[in-house]
Amino acid sequence: MHVNPAGLQFSIHSQSQSTLLSIFSQEYQKQIKRTHAKHHTAEAAETYYQRYLNGVMKNAAAPVLLELANEVDFAPSLMARIVLERFLQEREQAIPSKTLINSMLRDPSQIPDGVLANQVYQCTVNDCCYGPLVDCIKHAIGHEHEVLLREMLLEKNLSFIAEDQLRAKGYDKTPDFILEVPVAVEGHIIHWIESKASFGDESSHQAYLQDQFWSYWNRFGPGLVIYWYGFIEELDCHRERGILLKDCFPTDIVTLRHSMAQR
Amino acid sequence: MAAVLELLLREEVAVGAVLRWLRQGPGHRPAEVTGLVSLSLLQKDFVPFLLNFLREQTSQILTNGPSTPAKTPNSKAHGSQRTGSERRAGHRRSSQKASLGSFLTATPEALPARRGRRKGGSAVSTSGRQVPRDLGRSLAEEEDGKNDSPSWSGGRRKRSEVPLVSARSPPSQLNLNNLEEFPPMGAASGWTNKSKPSRRINPTPVSAERPLSKPKTCFTSTPVSQSPAARFSSGSNLEAFSTVQEGNLTSVISSSLQEEREMLKKERYGLSMMVIGLLILNIHLYYLIFSLPENLVPNIFLELFFVLQLLTSKGTSTAEEEEESDLEVNERKKGTLKFLAENERIASFSPTLHERLRQAYESSTAKVSLLLPCSVQSVSFQPETDNRSNFPSDRAFHIFKKQRDIFYELLREWEDNHEKTGWDFERVLGNKIRAMMAHLSATCNHSHFARLFQKQLIQMCKGPVGGGASWGDTPDQDVLNMLGPDNLSRLKRLQERFVVPQSIRGPCPPPSFPGCQQFFRDFILSAGSYQFNQHLVDSLCLKILELDGLTLVEHEHSDGEADMDEQDEKKRFTVVLLSLRLLAKFLGFLVFLPYRTVEQPTRDLQDSAVALRNQTLPVLDVLKLLRQSIRDHRSILTVPWIVEFLSLADHIAPFLDYYRKVFCLLLLMVLSEDKEMSFLNKLLILAVLGWLFQVESPVSFPSFSHQDSVPLVDQQLLYTCCPYLGELRKLLASFVAGSGAKNGGFIRKITPTAAESLAPKTSVTQRKLQVELEQAFFHNQPPSLRRTVEFVAERVGSNCVKHIKATLVAELVQRAEVMLQDKVKEEDANHDKLLEEVCAHLYEEGAQALIKGREFCKKKGPEAVRVLLPEETSAAVLNSAEDIAVELATEKACGWLSANIAALIKREVKATFNRMLKVPGLPLPSEDALELRRDCPPGCQHRAPFPSQIINEIKDVLCVAVGPRDEGEVIDHDWLECLLGRLSQTLRCRKFMCPTSEQQLAKCTVELASLLGESVMIIKSNPTYGLLKLLLSVWKEDFGAPVPVQLMFSRKNIASLTLANKGSLVCIHLLQDFLKELEMLSRVFTSEHRIEEPRTNPRELTRQSLGTVTAQS
Repeated sequence: MHVNPAGLQFSIHSQSQSTLLSIFSQEYQKQIKRTHAKHHTAEAAETYYQRYLNGVMKNAAAPVLLELANEVDFAPSLMARIVLERFLQEREQAIPSKTLINSMLRDPSQIPDGVLANQVYQCTVNDCCYGPLVDCIKHAIGHEHEVLLREMLLEKNLSFIAEDQLRAKGYDKTPDFILEVPVAVEGHIIHWIESKASFGDESSHQAYLQDQFWSYWNRFGPGLVIYWYGFIEELDCHRERGILLKDCFPTDIVTLRHSMAQR
Repeated sequence: MAAVLELLLREEVAVGAVLRWLRQGPGHRPAEVTGLVSLSLLQKDFVPFLLNFLREQTSQILTNGPSTPAKTPNSKAHGSQRTGSERRAGHRRSSQKASLGSFLTATPEALPARRGRRKGGSAVSTSGRQVPRDLGRSLAEEEDGKNDSPSWSGGRRKRSEVPLVSARSPPSQLNLNNLEEFPPMGAASGWTNKSKPSRRINPTPVSAERPLSKPKTCFTSTPVSQSPAARFSSGSNLEAFSTVQEGNLTSVISSSLQEEREMLKKERYGLSMMVIGLLILNIHLYYLIFSLPENLVPNIFLELFFVLQLLTSKGTSTAEEEEESDLEVNERKKGTLKFLAENERIASFSPTLHERLRQAYESSTAKVSLLLPCSVQSVSFQPETDNRSNFPSDRAFHIFKKQRDIFYELLREWEDNHEKTGWDFERVLGNKIRAMMAHLSATCNHSHFARLFQKQLIQMCKGPVGGGASWGDTPDQDVLNMLGPDNLSRLKRLQERFVVPQSIRGPCPPPSFPGCQQFFRDFILSAGSYQFNQHLVDSLCLKILELDGLTLVEHEHSDGEADMDEQDEKKRFTVVLLSLRLLAKFLGFLVFLPYRTVEQPTRDLQDSAVALRNQTLPVLDVLKLLRQSIRDHRSILTVPWIVEFLSLADHIAPFLDYYRKVFCLLLLMVLSEDKEMSFLNKLLILAVLGWLFQVESPVSFPSFSHQDSVPLVDQQLLYTCCPYLGELRKLLASFVAGSGAKNGGFIRKITPTAAESLAPKTSVTQRKLQVELEQAFFHNQPPSLRRTVEFVAERVGSNCVKHIKATLVAELVQRAEVMLQDKVKEEDANHDKLLEEVCAHLYEEGAQALIKGREFCKKKGPEAVRVLLPEETSAAVLNSAEDIAVELATEKACGWLSANIAALIKREVKATFNRMLKVPGLPLPSEDALELRRDCPPGCQHRAPFPSQIINEIKDVLCVAVGPRDEGEVIDHDWLECLLGRLSQTLRCRKFMCPTSEQQLAKCTVELASLLGESVMIIKSNPTYGLLKLLLSVWKEDFGAPVPVQLMFSRKNIASLTLANKGSLVCIHLLQDFLKELEMLSRVFTSEHRIEEPRTNPRELTRQSLGTVTAQS
């Protein structure tokens, strides 16, 4: 399921829907990141807040915030956050804490204004890439793939230490699974496996390398990353150094004592 | 000189006779060497002369060797008229640089002032590389003029045979100091740039490796005519030095001499240059062998290198006959070469034996695979040293987490780029490193980082070939590390590079930081952090002491297992030794770094520096360690690393009292003749010492002062050392030669923690007796038994502590958790006091640890011993071994536990408590886990839709329900019912469920219910009530997590309701029954799960809201 960027259009039909969704989501996020600063100026926040107030004054039941977000081409959840922040600032006469805002976005019933609460909720529900609901779905998908991977490891009789056990022991950085006895995948020794329920594009992979994969390498040696929704083939360039990419559970596994190759 | 040689070549004198002549004192006149009698005075100078002659004569053969030999002015001359100049040349060698000889002889106070800047001063040669020749001369003068100055050897030396012409002449008049015209033996030659390190054998580029010091003239042989050994043999009363080795070597040689003579007869007078070379080679080898015991040539390695060069130079000749001769020579010399070929260790010590190494690699692929180490290249994270409990604060812990990653990032960057042109370490990485140092300082993480740094250093640089070359270009262990095992093409390329001769760095390369070591050195320099350096020094010292403390243990040669043991020991020794040398080199680098100067300091500066620095103690007491090692017969391990350490000394250090003692002791080791020491071990020690004294390091060895105490101490030491030295052989021969009845090796000595409180109070004598009995028990058993028992004791003891932690302590912590949970609500004020109270309560029970620990050891120890010992071990031996293992393990474990159990409990309880405080109000993790750890229903196939799928679908429903809606967009009732059905399935199968998913589902369905109630009119066929009932049952039956039903009536939803249904109360009334059940459910959830939300009665709330709604309408 590797995706070659040049052949993306050509091979698009062969990609699964979830892969395409994952790619879409990443592209959308990139676009939002590019424009993020523009929407976060004090002037912009003020403008949005005033437009919101005017809007709900006319018709509180209308999707004021959502339409505003669509109009300025910004993620609805993020628009909701800006306006909520501005609202609280005015109400409390202080800059609200991030935790408070996050908590209110997660559970809009905590927002002291019923109308705004509904507007915010509408935004988060209608946002396809941001917001607590989407975050939760992403988290759930990640967790489900970890469970699937665990099943596969158990099936192959590969004993491992899972992330929660590692945390309990006080490890500072923890991949999803550390193999108690390393194995060779396609001839490369691996000590750990990380499951990624997303498409491995360049920017996300670089970020993961920086924040996670190299850190694992720094602590546990070489390992394997599974991008369940595929990845850009060219990114698999650290094999020699010890970071292996796959889009499925590997079949060519050699254990210490015997070969499990199943071809 | 030449006369002697001519006699030899004309076969008027036998080679053996010459050798005997050389070995005996000047007074001896054996009958067979009558021709030599007249030359007896020249005896001493013959050796350097011969060596020079050899080099001259072999220059042609060596044209394709590592380097081209130099032409010397007298290369064409053969005759007695050359004697004078040769002798001068031979003598001049001695003045080439301050080296071993000068170290021994010159007495600062006795040196006459000669040059302008020294006049009026205390008249001592600065003896650096700036004025090497002057020093030599001054030494000669001193020797001659001040014979009454006390010499530490106790003997005074007549040097009447040494002409002093050169010494007294200004350089301009008699150009004896011109190295190009009068090249000293093995010294730089005419065409070689004087400022470049050179030797005729091999010009070696070194300047790049040594940014801190200027390129030096290296590779000069030691001043043989001043050989301290000669002084001993002529003037000293030290019997140890004057004995002549007899035995195997002699007999081997005499038989070879016969063959030699045969060959000479055949080739008589018609010798081609080639054959002369080969002949001389033979002589040279004999000479070497003979000179070894007497140490006529302190740096035998240099000579050995020369010989090897000759041996490998046959390719230049085309004459078949010569080839044969060469082979013959090789054949005859096999015994000698075998020594070398067998000893990879020596090879790896010094790139000079690279060729040997090469041959070893050629002949054995297994060698290459040995070089393929574990694939882990980083230092692994170890919770024992690296987890949060090892850091003073969360912040320190988290910052170190980042620092570890930054360090490896730097390493990778270096690895990728350092060989690119224009890449500069300091420019690219300098600021990053210093930023990192600043962070380290801010959080006091230096010790952690120093440990990581040191471990990584060993990890990357412990490779056998001089610490590895570089990652990128030159193949070495590190490159191999990075290879996958199946990457055959690359591996093959690497193998080829092992086989193809690489640039050979000459027999005496200056200390350098090859390959990856460069990164670590540059890191230290760029960091420029005093704190970091100090911690790194601590870390290095600790590791050095640990490795150096590994004990050589003799063990019995029993059956076939000996070979295996021996191999293991060899490997182990190699690893330990190489690591030690690496660490010591870096320690030396750090210790002497602050004192490094590019230029030799002036005499005044030196004096004041010496006075100052004599007041401080050395960081690592290498003198003590060296003495210990000699006493314990393991200098073979200690000397090589001390040499590495000292090789990085600054200009001043050797003049300090402390280091002078160290150098003296080392020198004694070169001089001492230890007949019984294994040939190769001796060779090793001589090689490294020869190197140290030979390398023209910034160190120019100081002379002895007048203080009698220093030489006395060393003489005493000498006397004490020598008898012991003889015994070294037994130990040392074992792991190098591997023959003989005794089999030596290293074994880790385990010192179990003493547990006085636990040990029964037996009398001292009784205990002593027990210890003696125990020793006696092991004495007649195979050594593997002892190792097994010690090993088992160590592991079982350690596991016992872990077991106690995992069982008893964990249990106590759980109880503490419950206790704290109850109390923390009552008195929030004083957490510390609370913690103390709870812990105090638990300490008593902690005492059980000892009982349980003892039980554990008693159970596990015998099991392990039984598995590990051979089956034929007798029952009695087995029982005793088990008992000892159990006892040792118990001592170790209980000793630790009794001292630490309280602290351990407190630490664990505190950690748990902190966790508790961080998540106030939340149910305990254990309870929570219990709740969520519900199992799937029996026979569950795990085929339910994934939670993410269901959340996604509910989100879609919510989108429509919340709006905005397209024209005519509605939710299909049947589809919604189906979705709720699948939701139920998903909730029942627990396999893929995680807490966040479940909580989100709960939240979303409550919102959905709220919207259902509100949007009666949205749903076409209006059986909303049915759907709500369905939801209610899902909430009740399928959710493991609490459902926030109260959110149905949140301000938000009421507002929404109000907006959507202005004036319409019908829907609310329709839901009366639903609300009743909801109220009950709400009570269940809120009471069970202590939900923080204000407890609102849904019906009340509804009533209120209805009121509002009604009022508004």
